[in-house]
Amino acid sequence: MVKEVKELVNRPDNTAYTQQRLPAWQPMLSAGIVIPGFVSIGLVFIGIGVALFVTSQSIQVLEIDYTGVEQSSPCFKCSDQTGKKCDCVMNFDIDSLFKGPVFFYYGLSNYFQNQRKYSVSIDYNQLTGDLDYFTNPDDACFPFQNDRNKPIVPCGAIANSMFNDTFQLFQLVNGQKKEVPLDGKGIAWWTDYNTKYRNPSVTPLRNAFNGTVKPPSWPQAAYELDTEDTSNNGFINQDFLVWMRTAALPDFRKLYRRITEGDYASGLPAGNYSLEIVYNYPVLSFDGRKKVVFSNVSWMGGKNEFLGIAYLVIGSLCVLMSIVMLIVYAKFKFPEED
Amino acid sequence: IRVDSRTIYVGHRSSSTNEAFIPPKFCDNRIVSSKYTVWNFLPKNLFEQFRRIANFYFLIIFLVQVIVDTPTSPVTSGLPLFFVITVTAIKQGYEDWLRHKADNEVNKYPVTVLEDGRRIRKESEKIKVGDVVEVEEDKTFPCDLILLQSSRGDDTCFVTTASLDGESNHKTHYTVPDTEKDLESLNATIECEQPQPDLYKFVGRMHIYKTNQEPAVRSLGPENLLLKGATLKNTQKICGVAVYTGMETKMALNYQGKSQKRSAVEKSINAFLLVYLCILVSKALVCTTLKYVWQGKPGQDEPWYNEKTQREKDTNLYLKMFTDFLSFMVLFNFIIPVSMYVTVEMQKFLGSFFITWDKDFFDPEIKEGALVNTSDLNEELGQVEYVFTDKTGTLTQNNMEFIECCIDGFQYKYQDESSELDGLCVPDGPVSKLQQKAGREREELFLRALCLCHTVQVKESSEQGQAHEQRGFIASSPDEVALVKGTVVERSSMYELLHVLNFDPVRRRMSVIVRSKSGETLLFCKGADSSIFPRVKQEEVERIRMHVERNATEGYRTLCVAYKYLSEEEYAQADAGLREARLALQDREQKLMSVYNQVETGMSLIGATAVEDRLQEEAAETMEALQGAGMNVWVLTGDKMETAKSTCYACRLFQRSTELLELTVRTLEDGGRRREERLHELLLDYHKKAVQDAPPVKAGVTRRWSSANQDYGFIIDGATLSMVLNSSSESNASRYKNLFLQICQNCTAVLCCRMAPLQKAQIVKMVKNSKGCPITLSIGDGANDVSMILEAHVGIGIKGKEGRQAVRNSDYAIPKLKHLKKLLLAHGHLYYVRIAHLVQYFFYKNLCFILPQFLYQFFCGYSQQPLYDAAYLTMYNICFTSMPILAYSLLEQHICIEVLLDNATLYRDIAKNAMLRWGLFLYWTLLGVFHGLLFFFGVRFLFSNPALQDNGQVFGNWSYGTIVFTVLVFTVTLKLALDTRHWTWINHFVIWGSLAFYVFFSFFWGGIIWPFLKQQRLYFVFANMLSSVSAWLVIILLILVSLLPEILLVVFRKPRGPNARQIAPVTPLSYKHLKEDD
Repeated sequence: MVKEVKELVNRPDNTAYTQQRLPAWQPMLSAGIVIPGFVSIGLVFIGIGVALFVTSQSIQVLEIDYTGVEQSSPCFKCSDQTGKKCDCVMNFDIDSLFKGPVFFYYGLSNYFQNQRKYSVSIDYNQLTGDLDYFTNPDDACFPFQNDRNKPIVPCGAIANSMFNDTFQLFQLVNGQKKEVPLDGKGIAWWTDYNTKYRNPSVTPLRNAFNGTVKPPSWPQAAYELDTEDTSNNGFINQDFLVWMRTAALPDFRKLYRRITEGDYASGLPAGNYSLEIVYNYPVLSFDGRKKVVFSNVSWMGGKNEFLGIAYLVIGSLCVLMSIVMLIVYAKFKFPEED
Repeated sequence: IRVDSRTIYVGHRSSSTNEAFIPPKFCDNRIVSSKYTVWNFLPKNLFEQFRRIANFYFLIIFLVQVIVDTPTSPVTSGLPLFFVITVTAIKQGYEDWLRHKADNEVNKYPVTVLEDGRRIRKESEKIKVGDVVEVEEDKTFPCDLILLQSSRGDDTCFVTTASLDGESNHKTHYTVPDTEKDLESLNATIECEQPQPDLYKFVGRMHIYKTNQEPAVRSLGPENLLLKGATLKNTQKICGVAVYTGMETKMALNYQGKSQKRSAVEKSINAFLLVYLCILVSKALVCTTLKYVWQGKPGQDEPWYNEKTQREKDTNLYLKMFTDFLSFMVLFNFIIPVSMYVTVEMQKFLGSFFITWDKDFFDPEIKEGALVNTSDLNEELGQVEYVFTDKTGTLTQNNMEFIECCIDGFQYKYQDESSELDGLCVPDGPVSKLQQKAGREREELFLRALCLCHTVQVKESSEQGQAHEQRGFIASSPDEVALVKGTVVERSSMYELLHVLNFDPVRRRMSVIVRSKSGETLLFCKGADSSIFPRVKQEEVERIRMHVERNATEGYRTLCVAYKYLSEEEYAQADAGLREARLALQDREQKLMSVYNQVETGMSLIGATAVEDRLQEEAAETMEALQGAGMNVWVLTGDKMETAKSTCYACRLFQRSTELLELTVRTLEDGGRRREERLHELLLDYHKKAVQDAPPVKAGVTRRWSSANQDYGFIIDGATLSMVLNSSSESNASRYKNLFLQICQNCTAVLCCRMAPLQKAQIVKMVKNSKGCPITLSIGDGANDVSMILEAHVGIGIKGKEGRQAVRNSDYAIPKLKHLKKLLLAHGHLYYVRIAHLVQYFFYKNLCFILPQFLYQFFCGYSQQPLYDAAYLTMYNICFTSMPILAYSLLEQHICIEVLLDNATLYRDIAKNAMLRWGLFLYWTLLGVFHGLLFFFGVRFLFSNPALQDNGQVFGNWSYGTIVFTVLVFTVTLKLALDTRHWTWINHFVIWGSLAFYVFFSFFWGGIIWPFLKQQRLYFVFANMLSSVSAWLVIILLILVSLLPEILLVVFRKPRGPNARQIAPVTPLSYKHLKEDD
């Protein structure tokens, strides 16, 4: 980097920038700023922490493992058969009102939706309804790209492994089963449902799938996901969308239904309930677990103790540190301060 | 086959008609300083760029990504690499284009060539060896020419070599004696040595063929050679024959670049890089191992939902492991920041402008500011431990003033011209007599000697009739001007100049042989006392020696003048010897030298002169500041001990209380024993005094501040130094060297006098390679300092009077010595702090960038799943976090410049690469690890329930990564904001701007379905994240938790103790001191 000053008569510019004299703010972290700062941060954090903690405590959660590992589990009979349809019923009690709206999640453990090979095994162009990719799925979908030379739609491992257990919830009132209405709308991201995924603009939808096959693990084709509601069918089926948003961690839960309607809009009243499960999804082969989770949510989302505790701990630490600093300063520093 | 000499046919005329004339092949007169052509630019430049280890590493990573199925697309590493390569290529291309332009300007320059009597205009590049070229006044010579004909009557021409070595005085060059006036009929060949770069050496022979005569032979020397690049002055036009052309000219041969100097910071970077490479490899190894351990558990390797392809199943296990390893390498490779090199380069390049721009470095006298020849060493200016300075022209002004002279032991003082003149003295000579005076004939002889024995040219002023004050003097040495000015004698005595026995630094004297009107042949000799005294009659010496020594202790430069009458035989012998030696093609120097030495003997001493060399402005203050900053100042000079010593006293390098340890020829001869023994004894003695008896120096507090200690100054001369370095026995040599170094390291100042240029470099080299590898700086102004300027870590040239050679070879050039203080204490200090922080910060920010990605592997089945989206991976170093640190590294002033200049001791706080020590590196690394862990696990615990929105919907893995990334970008930027103590509007702009840009970009990137992307992973992820209160809270929590310990550390790390005030501003993040100074 050789620079040559060609002009001999060049007195350097006398500007603030060239002379490194730009006006500058020189902040100073002195005890006078740090201690009140810590105290106020600490107090704010403790405040937020208390709010979070109280909120989190008020959230009710009910988890039911229905994998059927133990022999006592009603679903034990279903756990050994893979792929075959099997029904089992889990009964449970609710002691007090489970405040609504109640959210119905299913949870999977030791299930790696975030495996790289798995998470790239998707053809986004198919899922926007581009018919060219129906006949010619992307290579990334391999080995769920073609099935006996027929293209799989939707292709790829994610779609193929879509969770397909189904649930029905009944309240047992006087020995009568009273179905709790489950709302399958509004469980997927609004943008996923409205803009990101699109069905091909072919009516009826099934015609678009001519010449293609369903993913091998699916019991029905994509156009049969919700035969009653066309706006919840195909690639914009909300269960499908929820599944396609791959989970961050191997133990995850996904939203299955919301309980917002009828008698249960304000929550699940105390009583006996029975959950009828159509057990399709095999998880024991990879030592996984399945569960259903009932939970209500607050402004901070689902139950999460971590945030509240973390805010409380950090807030208290800040206050503690400011006290320590105050002591240290009172003993050693104050004469120097001025 | 390379022959030792080349033969040139002047005007392409063959010597004899019967010989077949084969024109020898020489290179054409094209100067090519450019590196590339349009055609080879791309391959050659790319090749050169990928020779850099870092670029090559990134290329390999890129290729791995292209070939192997890796988690991130090749774009993520290819784009930054492409950016870096392109920027560098553009920069180098631009520089080369400038060189092309400069080359063309030279090569297309029109010149006049004489061909068969006709004058033909040609482009400069068409000149061939043997062409006769005509050059007019004020034009530069297009190639190296042998002067054949000059328009001046006395067969001379004047030349300035300002653009070659910067010496702006007029030098006289001579035509080849006795050549024909008619160049057309000149039939001659020139035999000369092959091209070599020494500007001042040339030997050749010219054979002139005349019909019916024996060929005449003339010797050619540097005085006949006109160098390409020099300019013709005071002469209407000349003709010369081209001997060296194009790339073989001395100028082109001298053009070759200097060797690359590397700064200590760069070495630190490479060391850190190695550590990070180890971290990278071990991370990849850990992940690969764990992957296969984990997969060994039943059911994990291939769950039904993630079936492997047949090909994967068939692949060899070890090959799979290897590709997995490579994939992990690629995934984590961002830990080694490609952008750091760009940022460092930009910082150095842009930062160096502040030196050139500094108006404090502007010298109104020469109308120039500082010059930066290399920006690679900016930070090294803040690390200097040893300063080697030249005396003449550096510590002193090299502006000679005649002070006094002594003739036969009687003293004459110079007085103002207005003062009364002693009638008895030379009529209008400004030399007046004090007390007694010597015999008149001695006076006259002395003045005559001074008048004759010089190379001063009198430049006639244009207005005739003006008094002699109007005359300007141009000479090859400023000493001479002063002398001649002091002794202007209007005397028309005619002397015929017979020979000039030129000055050279080895003999340290010059002589002239003249013939007076009366036919007597005289030799006048002028030189340093040490070189004259042994050559004159001993009885005369004592009287004058006293004066010389007294003058020397007063800090004057002294010269002794001697003469002798030469008898006819003596002269004839000398004349023959000189002529023969001058004609010699080989070993001309040695032959001349022996003749000189032969002639210059048995002279009688007439007198001595004293010329004052004034100290540079603020020399003492500068030296004091340098010493206060903990630098050892060594004065290396060719001058004699007494003069140098007095300069040292004047510069306050030696104080009155300083005990001087002398190791010179004189002290060695004191004991009357063998020199070697005495040397041994003295060295041990001094070592005991200065090293063993001195109380151990506490770190941070040096001798100067503890007054109880005795100061030592060490003096050594060239002869003794060579004894120390080249002792007779090998074992002694290294032992002496060690003793010598230890003594010197414990002395406040060291003076080395009577040094040859090469010895100066030797000393620098010795110190440079001594224990601890201290950073050395050499400063000088003359050609004799070039060797040490090149040798030292940092070479500083002073734009002085002794030419531009030092400036050209230096890394930085400043107009005056006093500028050194600001250059080191302010600029050097700031540059070092800036770049050190830059380097540490870069490693830190990439560690906490990649660590979460590493940790994520434990939660995704070691499947190389990236945590962040490819856009974030690519943009992190390029856009989101690069500008604030660049602005910081250009503008940061942790202490303001005035304070740095006032408290030289602040410089000690960053000595020995203080901010890039392993301890601090560890601190930054741990900080990075802490932040990385915090980011990852904070979000991990949050995601134990991924239902983070108040509508019960869940977040996926890209939300996870985006939250971590948001925390990351904010934390590292705010961490820098916390470290910034000098907030100009630029800092505000880039810091808040970067954060705003990140938010804006994330919205933008997630807001559109990008048609070129295979997966819309981030579609509305960022916006959704912001709609979650929990995400906001976790982001705020993690950022604050990351930064609060930093703030705590600041508060508790406030220094205590007596030195707190000095140390305070340098400890990162203590702002106290600054406010006080505002």
